[in-house]
Amino acid sequence: MQRLNNKLGLFSALPMLSILAIAFFAPLLVVAIFSSMPPKVFTLTHIPDFSAYSVFFQQGFYRSLLWSLGAAFISTVILLVVCWPLAFGMAKIFKSFTLVLTIAVVMSLFVSENIRLFGWVLTLMKGGLIEGHMRAWLGIGFDSPLYGVPVIVFGLVYAYLPFMLFPLAQGIATVPDDARQAAADLGASRWQIFAQIDVPLAAPGIVVGCLLCFVLSAGAVAESKILGGQAIITITDDIETAFTFGQDWPLGSALSVIFIAIVSVFALLAISVVDLDKIMGRKR
Amino acid sequence: MTSEPLLRLQGVMKRYGDFTALHNIDLDIQEGEFFTIVGPSGSGKSTMIRLIVGMDEVTDGSIWLRGKRIDETPANLRPTCMVFQSLALFPHMSVGQNIEFPLKLRKIAHNQRRARALELLELLRLPPNCYAKRISQCSGGEQQRVALARALAFDPEILLFDEPLSSLDYRLRKTLEKELKDLHHRTGKTFVYITHSLEEAMVMSDRIAIMHNGRFEQIAVADEIYSRPVSRFVAEFMGEVNLFDVEYRDSVLTSSDLTIRPNNAAKADPADGKGQLMVRPEDVRFGKDTNDFDYVLFGQLMDEYILGSRIQYEVRTAAGKLVTVEKPREDRTQYEIGSEVILGFKATNTHFIPAD
Repeated sequence: MQRLNNKLGLFSALPMLSILAIAFFAPLLVVAIFSSMPPKVFTLTHIPDFSAYSVFFQQGFYRSLLWSLGAAFISTVILLVVCWPLAFGMAKIFKSFTLVLTIAVVMSLFVSENIRLFGWVLTLMKGGLIEGHMRAWLGIGFDSPLYGVPVIVFGLVYAYLPFMLFPLAQGIATVPDDARQAAADLGASRWQIFAQIDVPLAAPGIVVGCLLCFVLSAGAVAESKILGGQAIITITDDIETAFTFGQDWPLGSALSVIFIAIVSVFALLAISVVDLDKIMGRKR
Repeated sequence: MTSEPLLRLQGVMKRYGDFTALHNIDLDIQEGEFFTIVGPSGSGKSTMIRLIVGMDEVTDGSIWLRGKRIDETPANLRPTCMVFQSLALFPHMSVGQNIEFPLKLRKIAHNQRRARALELLELLRLPPNCYAKRISQCSGGEQQRVALARALAFDPEILLFDEPLSSLDYRLRKTLEKELKDLHHRTGKTFVYITHSLEEAMVMSDRIAIMHNGRFEQIAVADEIYSRPVSRFVAEFMGEVNLFDVEYRDSVLTSSDLTIRPNNAAKADPADGKGQLMVRPEDVRFGKDTNDFDYVLFGQLMDEYILGSRIQYEVRTAAGKLVTVEKPREDRTQYEIGSEVILGFKATNTHFIPAD
């Protein structure tokens, strides 16, 4: 029976497996092979020389990689801090208001990210919604916060808020109320309950949220382009340039492989510390 | 009692919106007492202990512990501790970490904490190798004991229990009831226990309070509640009971349900009025002659139930009332089902409950 179940399981997974193989694994493989090709070739039939990887170090592409990872790290930390109280409210305090909030946050995703970011440009630019009104009504003008690193981080926080909020709320919802009450009864203060009960028990949600936000913002390009005015060049930007203007597919592929490898290490580390089943299926 | 009570509730009231969960509760609990609150679900017993430990706020009234008012104190600063119905063990901690949790909060040194935890494991008859176990690896009974050990590690002035045994099977429950009683003796702590099981209450308690609709119906020792309930609710709650509508007029008892032998019926204690006469099934006897009893019933034997060591009979009286009779197994009667029987009981075995 167990063996039959296993067979049936594999059988039912086949459609998904074949889609993954064709649409996900195959392109990755092509990219990986391309990254080993000599510079500026467009076929996979050359002798691999891995020269694109040495370009990564020679031409300072590691700088854009560090910017991407750095901005992603900072925005993930900010998101965690900003979303915790809201997620806590959604999971434990607001009752029907949670649904209103959920709908409101999800609705923002209905509008394309680029359009929303241009909305922020109009809001924040010199002579835009805020500065323009301030100048017209109060006579106080100030420089636009656009085109700098902080506004890029702001953009990342803004764009990826739902991806932190929902996993976090889900994680906090799995913290049993009676465990929190018991901790208080045994003498724990609010902070002690937070540190010793909430955080460890909501850990799967925290890890999933952080992972999503980190991976997404590390690969983000629109925020630095639209809000940042390319104040920093992200690694995604470099990859895009290599494939388009640069016409150097092996270089673009090599950058992609390095980026994917680094992000995968983070992802695997994160997944290894939490029991995903617990948050998805409430396994106990 | 002259000594100051350990815990005093004064006019405690709890409302949730329009619903009043507790009406004006007054209660004194003495130091070292095993006090049990029994009531059906929704009677307010859980609400009451949640108020005592501080998980909920009183709407009105005050709670005093050793003469100090505590109802304004936050839960984490009250010297009270509760064992939850769900036990509320911390699933991400080992047994040892669970027990040491309150000690760690007090910044007690690591080796002292460990020593205390092992001491408590021993007190609760858990093997020392339990210390490193995960909570999910423990059996139901072990988890129960760990929850108790954790509460004892906190060293509360008063220990409260919210039906902690209700999810266990019968045998384990019986064992733990006795252990709890024994633990109460050994620790000398004050226990307040809530349950909906009367049997549980009778086994363990010094005093029992019967709660109904947010009020105490009666607070007394088990025997008193069993033999002299103050209300119909208590009488029925305390197990199988026969109630007959009666009326005292000029200290003379009359009843349409009963045949009363006049010389024996007078019982001077109640004032005139309507009420119910209670008699427990074990005090009702079968007889050959009406002279054997003070109160007599004629009826037909309807059914016989075997309850292990006891046999229960159901008799329908001429007036159409069902009467329950209980006998030890060795006194099993020879009447056939459907036969006409004479039933009766003595005046000394009855208790008059005045109508509200």
